[in-house]
Amino acid sequence: MTSRAPVEAPLVASIENEDGLSRILLGGRLDRDGERVLADAYAAAAVAEAPSVEIDFTDVGYINSTGIALVVRLLADARRDGRSVRARGLTEHYREIFRITRLSDLMTIVDEGEDA
Amino acid sequence: MTIIQSLRRSIGLGARAGTEARLDVAAPAADEGPSQTATPASGAHIAPIEIAPDDPLLAVLTSATEIVEVDRLALDSPALHAMRDNDIRMIVPLTAQGELIGALYLGPRLSEQDYSTDDRRLLSSLAGLASPSIRVAQLVQTQATEEAERQRMEQELRVATMIQQQFLPHALPDLPEWQIAAYYGPARAVGGDFYDFVELPDGRIGVIVGDVTDKGVPAALVMARTHSILQAEAPRLIEPGAVLQRANELLCQEMPANMFVTCLYGVLDAARGSFRFANAGHNLPYVRTNGEVGEFRATGMPLGLLPDMTYEEAEGVVGPGDSLLLYSDGFVEAHAQSGEMYGFPRLREAFAVDAVGSDLVDHLLEDLHRFTGADWEQEDDLTMVTLRRSAGAAPLVETRGPVEGDVLLDIEIESILGNERIAMDQVAATVVPLGLTGERLERLKTAVSEAAMNAIEHGSGGRPEVPIHVRVSATPTRLQVRIADMGLGGEIPLGQSEVPDIEAKLRGEQSPRGWGLFLIEAMVDEVATEQTDQGQAVVLNVNLDGGE
Repeated sequence: MTSRAPVEAPLVASIENEDGLSRILLGGRLDRDGERVLADAYAAAAVAEAPSVEIDFTDVGYINSTGIALVVRLLADARRDGRSVRARGLTEHYREIFRITRLSDLMTIVDEGEDA
Repeated sequence: MTIIQSLRRSIGLGARAGTEARLDVAAPAADEGPSQTATPASGAHIAPIEIAPDDPLLAVLTSATEIVEVDRLALDSPALHAMRDNDIRMIVPLTAQGELIGALYLGPRLSEQDYSTDDRRLLSSLAGLASPSIRVAQLVQTQATEEAERQRMEQELRVATMIQQQFLPHALPDLPEWQIAAYYGPARAVGGDFYDFVELPDGRIGVIVGDVTDKGVPAALVMARTHSILQAEAPRLIEPGAVLQRANELLCQEMPANMFVTCLYGVLDAARGSFRFANAGHNLPYVRTNGEVGEFRATGMPLGLLPDMTYEEAEGVVGPGDSLLLYSDGFVEAHAQSGEMYGFPRLREAFAVDAVGSDLVDHLLEDLHRFTGADWEQEDDLTMVTLRRSAGAAPLVETRGPVEGDVLLDIEIESILGNERIAMDQVAATVVPLGLTGERLERLKTAVSEAAMNAIEHGSGGRPEVPIHVRVSATPTRLQVRIADMGLGGEIPLGQSEVPDIEAKLRGEQSPRGWGLFLIEAMVDEVATEQTDQGQAVVLNVNLDGGE
C-alpha cells in the first residue's frame, strides 16, 4: 500500500492480458479527469476478448463520486459484453465505499496476492 | 343628348386599378369618384370584368389603334368570355400618352342595328377627348388614396407608440451597489419590444425583456397583454420557468395567427449577485467579467406558439465589477448600408468595454451607429437593459456563521473543479492533531471532498472568482467542518438520499452519477445544512469521543 501514486497525479492505465483475463492496472486519482483513460482502457481490454476483466486499484490514491460513476459505466459496458469484472488492491476505505454503494455486489473484490 | 345615351344597354368604363399590370372593368356606382362615373345610358350595370395581366385581350387592347369588335376576336380570354356573357359588342380603348388607361364597353344599339361608321368615328373622338380627363381623375384619386393610407399609417403609428410607451417602466430600480440602465428606441414602424422590472415579495427584482413578432398596433397589443400577464404572474409564481410556462399557457389561447413573443425573464438577487432566469426563445444575456464576455444559457420555445411548454431555468452570478446585458434582436440584426449585419460578435466585443450605467448604453449605441452609418433607417425596435454590480460590492459568500468551539482552519478556495482536493488535504492536515486518523480520517476526507466538489460545481456555479469557504472548528467532543457557497445550486436535498439504485444505473435508466450526497451522509456522524445571508453551507459533524 505504500506505493500508491500521489493524489495529485491524473489517472493512468496499462493493460496486461493473460489466459482468459485482461488486467487493467490503474494509477493516480480516479475522478472526472480519468473518464477517457478508463474508457480507453476497457476498450483496449475488450479487444483481447477475455471473458474476465480485473481492475487493479493498488496504485490509486483517491476515488471520488465521479470515479464511482466511471466504474459503474465500465460495469454496464462489461455486462453488455458478457464479461465479469473483479477489483483488486482497494484500501479498506474504498472497500467500504464499494460495499455501501453496492459495487461489490456486482464485482468480486479480491485482496492483494489473492486469486479470485 | 349624346350618342352615349342613345346606346341601348350598357357602357362600362374600365378604370386602372393602380397597377400597371391589371385593368379593372368596374360597374360604376353613384358615389364613386369622377374617374369612374360613366353611368350606363340605360341605367343598367355590367358586372366588373377584370382583365388579368396574362389575359391575351390585354395585349390586343394595348396595341389597338381603333375600336375593337368583340365578335371579331378569337382569343382564349376569360375577360372576353365574360364580355360576351354580358352582351358587350364593342371595346373602345382609352389611352393617354400612349398608355392604356381603360376602355369603354358597348352593348348592342337600342335600334338593334349595327354600329355605323359615324358611330365609330364619334366614339373614337369621344375616347380621345375623355382619356386625358380620365387620366387626370385617376391620378387625383390615386393621390387621394395614398394620402388616406399615409394618414391611416401615421395614426396607427401614433397608437402603437402610445401603447408601447405606456408599458415601459417610468423609473428604474434603485438598488444599492448596482447601476441599472435601459434603452428603448422604437423603429419607425414600431416593433413589439418591451422591458420591465417587477418587485417581488421577497425583495428580489424580476427583469423582463421581450419582443413580439410583427409590428404596429397588433404587435403593441400583444406586447401589452404579455406585459400584463408577466406583471401579474411574476410576484405570484416567482420562479422564472413557472412564470414563462404560465404566460405561454395564457398566450397560446389568445395569440393571433403567425405571431409569437420571445421573452427572457430573470430574477435578480441583488445582495448575492445571482440571476436566475428562463428563456422563451430570446437572445441569451451577455455577462462581462474582467473584460471577458460570456453568455448565460437557457433555452425554451417562444411564448404563444405551442401549449404545454416547460422552460429550463439557469442561474448565473454577476460578481463585483461584472455587468449583465439583456437586449433585443433589433440590435444584432441592424444592417450597414453595405447590407452587412451588425451581429452578435460585434455586440459582444462592444460590451467587453468597461463602462457603467448610461455610459454603457451610450457606448453600445455609438458602436452600433458607427457601424450602420449616419443615414441609417432603424429597421426594428432596439431594446437593452444593462445591470452592473459595483466593483466594491460585498463578497459573495458569507464567511461568518455560528462557530462551535475553536476555529482551527478558515480558508477560501477558488471554485475550480479539482480544488475539492485542496479542501480535503487542508482539513486532513488540520484534524490529525485531534487524533482523527485511520479509517475515520479517510471517511472525513471523502465527505469533505464530496461536499466541496458539490459547492464548487453547483453552489458557486464553477466560477473561480466566487470562492467556497471552508472552516474547521472543534470542541473536546465534536469536530465540525463547514463548507459554504453561494447557494446557486438550490437547496441541498440532504436527508432524502436513499441508496442509489445501481441496477437502474447499469441498465441506463439513471445517470451513473449521483453518489455525492449519499457518500457525504454515509461518511460522517451527522450532516446539516445552514442558510446564510449569502448562500448555503453544509456542516459535517464528527464525534471525537467515539474513538475508533
